Amino acid sequence: MTDRREEVAQAFRGLAEEEVRFRDELTLLVSRDSIRDALVRARDLGFLMLTDLTAVDRHPAEPRFEVVYLLTALDPPARLRLAMRLPGGDPTVPTAVEVYPGANWLEREVYDMFGIRFLGHPDLKRILMPDDWEGHPLRKDYPLVEEPVQFFGHTPKPPSAIIPRTPPRKD
Amino acid sequence: MSELAREAIVLNMGPHHPSTHGVLRLMVELEGEVILRAEPVIGYLHTGFEKEMETRTYHQNIVFPPRIEYLATMIEEHAYVLAVEKLLGIRPPRRAEIIRIILAELSRIASHLVWLGTSAIDVNVTSLLMYCFNDRERILDLFEAVSGQRMMHGYMRIGGLQWDIPEEFPARVREVVEEIPRRLEEYERLLSDNLIWRQRTEGVAVLTRQDALRYGCTGPIGRGSGLNYDVRKAFPYGGYEEYDFDVPLGRRGDAYDRYLVRMEEMRQSCRIIRQALDRLEPGPVLIDDRKVALPPRRELVRSMEAVIHQFKLVSEGIHPPPGQVYAAVESPRGEKGYFVVSDGSNRPVRVRVRAPSFHNLQALPVMLFRNYVADVVVAIASIDIVLGDVDR
Repeated sequence: MTDRREEVAQAFRGLAEEEVRFRDELTLLVSRDSIRDALVRARDLGFLMLTDLTAVDRHPAEPRFEVVYLLTALDPPARLRLAMRLPGGDPTVPTAVEVYPGANWLEREVYDMFGIRFLGHPDLKRILMPDDWEGHPLRKDYPLVEEPVQFFGHTPKPPSAIIPRTPPRKD
Repeated sequence: MSELAREAIVLNMGPHHPSTHGVLRLMVELEGEVILRAEPVIGYLHTGFEKEMETRTYHQNIVFPPRIEYLATMIEEHAYVLAVEKLLGIRPPRRAEIIRIILAELSRIASHLVWLGTSAIDVNVTSLLMYCFNDRERILDLFEAVSGQRMMHGYMRIGGLQWDIPEEFPARVREVVEEIPRRLEEYERLLSDNLIWRQRTEGVAVLTRQDALRYGCTGPIGRGSGLNYDVRKAFPYGGYEEYDFDVPLGRRGDAYDRYLVRMEEMRQSCRIIRQALDRLEPGPVLIDDRKVALPPRRELVRSMEAVIHQFKLVSEGIHPPPGQVYAAVESPRGEKGYFVVSDGSNRPVRVRVRAPSFHNLQALPVMLFRNYVADVVVAIASIDIVLGDVDR
């Protein structure tokens, strides 16, 4: 496993801007212009399966969105994660459907939930939400509508406010 | 035929059709009774679990996974808990790992039994549903003995288990595991050489190995097409590397092969459970890290430290280091993964559920091309979709 990871990192030396190793997982940060080359190179290295394609909203940080590609090689088994940061004002990405056909629905889902547009996608429309839905639910500035349980004379907190969010720890 | 105009008609199957296993709508374009194009329409069961999980602490989120995929509940909890443990960089005690494997494999058998019963009812073998649910109920009784719940257990904890299993539990599991292979043989006698069953499933909904790879199909779908990928073998988790079991592979990638693969998987699960029961040894079931797991009740009356730790955990939760991890398990439908992003606070920034049914359903149009309308039902059944898993 370990030597394989080094070999993969070596192969992406020119493309990846940054390598993150956390809990023995390798994440390569790729820029938007070179994501297509990176995907093709990964496929040629033997990462034949696109296990997951998703996004993270880092609001209010900028660049706001991070699109994550999780790739799997079957023989020998290995995993690789490609991440790509996008500005909040212009979230467009070249599509990965030509390289991995399975990306079709996954990209539709990311578009549905985050509003990230995939250029060149054959049929980019909403998949989980109704077609006429407004807004993109998984963005951080999209409110979560909750109803507290109704009691007479006392209104408890909504479920997400019972345990308040605490800032990151420094220990 | 020449003077009759040939035209394609569009037929909506679902979302209320009994064979859609939930709420799936299929738009099928037909020429006569041959399918030219099929398009699944999903989202009728979209609950927004991922959004919901961003607003709760790591411990509170344990209740969501079993509700996402409501047939293989223990496996689902196992996946989420493993992801958070990976984020924290801890490993539960050995006894907890063994019990988790026993419960996960029981869950796999229960899920496959539901699949067997419902897919049989889709081709009108009605009696089998009763037998399968009868057996599944025995497994759910075991879960109830352990966690107090039949389906939505919430039994696993970050760093171990909620509490230890009852005294008589291993003996009961052994009884069930001895019984189930015998029952499976009976069901196979009913189906495997049954002329109707074979004609309805052989050569239907064929998916080539190449297509399975391209669409990311895992689990019995991929293995039925000859794709040798099992997360338990490729990326062992939770102590699976110590167990001796085989991964069944199909050759033709049709519905019949998937049926054979799943039947064999149930037997292998029984084999894993037997090995796990032999390895069961006394010990703690929860990690002894006060920053992660609640202290035992009896300590609270004696030690102020424990009271403070408990208060901190209950009122704030755990604070993992910033980072992102992906942990996957082999669910009855394929690779079930949780991708958790943490920023160091007590709530995840993002929890992404990698749903196997979502990927497998994407390959349905490929499977259905040039098949007949009657095969749609068999194809959906052979994928074994759970719509809660597809829509999340």
